[in-house]
Amino acid sequence: MILKKKPTLTDHHVTDESLYKARRSFIKTMGAGSILLGSTLAPGILSAKAGKPDLKSELTRYKDITSYNNFYEFGTGKSDPAKYAHTLKTSPWSIHVDGECSKPGTFALEDLLKPMQTEERIYRFRCVEGWSMVIPWQGFELGKLLTRFEPTSRAKYVYFETLYDPKQMPGQKRSVLEWPYVEGLRMDEAMHPLTLLATGLYGKDLLNQNGAPLRLVVPWKYGFKSIKSIVKIHFLEEQPITSWQKANAVEYGFYSNVNPEVDHPRWSQKRERRIGEFRKRKTLFLNGYADEVAVLYKGLDLKKNY
Amino acid sequence: MKIPEPYFGKLFKPFVFLLALLPGILLGWNAWQDNLGANPIETITHQTGDWTLRFLLITLSISTLRRWMGWGQLIRLRRMLGLYAFFYATLHLFTYLWLDQFFWWEEILADILKRPFITVGMLAFVLLIPLAVTSTNAMIRRLGKNWLKLHKLIYLIALLGVLHFWWLVKADVREPFIYMAILALLLGERIWHSWRFKRQFL
Repeated sequence: MILKKKPTLTDHHVTDESLYKARRSFIKTMGAGSILLGSTLAPGILSAKAGKPDLKSELTRYKDITSYNNFYEFGTGKSDPAKYAHTLKTSPWSIHVDGECSKPGTFALEDLLKPMQTEERIYRFRCVEGWSMVIPWQGFELGKLLTRFEPTSRAKYVYFETLYDPKQMPGQKRSVLEWPYVEGLRMDEAMHPLTLLATGLYGKDLLNQNGAPLRLVVPWKYGFKSIKSIVKIHFLEEQPITSWQKANAVEYGFYSNVNPEVDHPRWSQKRERRIGEFRKRKTLFLNGYADEVAVLYKGLDLKKNY
Repeated sequence: MKIPEPYFGKLFKPFVFLLALLPGILLGWNAWQDNLGANPIETITHQTGDWTLRFLLITLSISTLRRWMGWGQLIRLRRMLGLYAFFYATLHLFTYLWLDQFFWWEEILADILKRPFITVGMLAFVLLIPLAVTSTNAMIRRLGKNWLKLHKLIYLIALLGVLHFWWLVKADVREPFIYMAILALLLGERIWHSWRFKRQFL
């Protein structure tokens, strides 16, 4: 994990061009049907992950992060959000806060963000579908915002909602999921210093397809927990039911922690394809953040609480 | 409808052959040009799978079209189109075995046993093999009546293929639904036809 006060981004943050080209040319040789050239390049690709993981050298291309998205509000294809998300109007934007807290209300986004200092955090991002990225986010700790609303002792969970407006989000005209998209965290997960609210990535403001203007980032959970384009925050005592639980409770649980030992019923979670890489990687327990967050799940059966 | 004789065999059939090869060529070209998006292997998997299903349905539609359009010549394209379904299915399977699993047999076996969508997909492929093997003129002659019986497996294969797709998607079943609807139409037409003309189910 990299913590920085200011969003600084220099050339060395970006995947080394020669390595990047080597990866791509490997893929290209597939098209040409040349196995020979490919196998000579593969060791160079693999050496990048040898030794201690330096996430800075593993950053996924900006182009890939902004063109390969799951954001069903704009269609279920991976390239749909980049194509159709331009209809989303992110300014003005307000967020409604209510439930078990002393200072509820409806707040303009600027007012919420004004006192928050954003920093850069480079996190692994693991999708439940079996692919992953490394993303340099700009954002601030969710906990620092939540405390401003003074959640009461009865606030055991926090629940988020994405905007619901089929005019701006044409994917909502089809009931692929129940709209609006909703997600939730246990309060201690929400207050954990790794949990981020992101406003940008790669030093730029979030693009609509990445969840502008404000999205959650929970790096040790599957990507769908990291709800996008948030308009509502609600504190509550009972565990909320999330969108994917509603869609298929057998396959998607409330916790959805990245865990190579707990398979999705229809596919293995042992390995993942890092976008831009050829061979699959081993998936890490809690996406590599076990040292920081495993303590949250002490005594919890993660096979049952998937 | 009929295309005059030398042209059908010498021009039309080669044209259809090239047309059916085109998706494969385009896929190879786009891989070469790095045009397959952020996750090229996923794109290759999906596209070869899509074309397998499409060619299965196209193959099944030949006899239906023949009946409704009275275009008897079409039957001469059916074997080629069926073999194209096998061709794309083979590419699809090898994309999975190689680019997705890197021949990690232990995991592949676990997938086949544990994951219904892979079980039915694999079964569909295995069933395609005898159909491809017995597609030569010599085999057709040798098997006689049994050839027809054997090749009725195509109905089951198409059904398993669509099911394979259906069980794969997370929430949006629109696409697999379209394939299922077309398959239902093609099978329904056969049932209707055999009932209407008291013929054997074709």
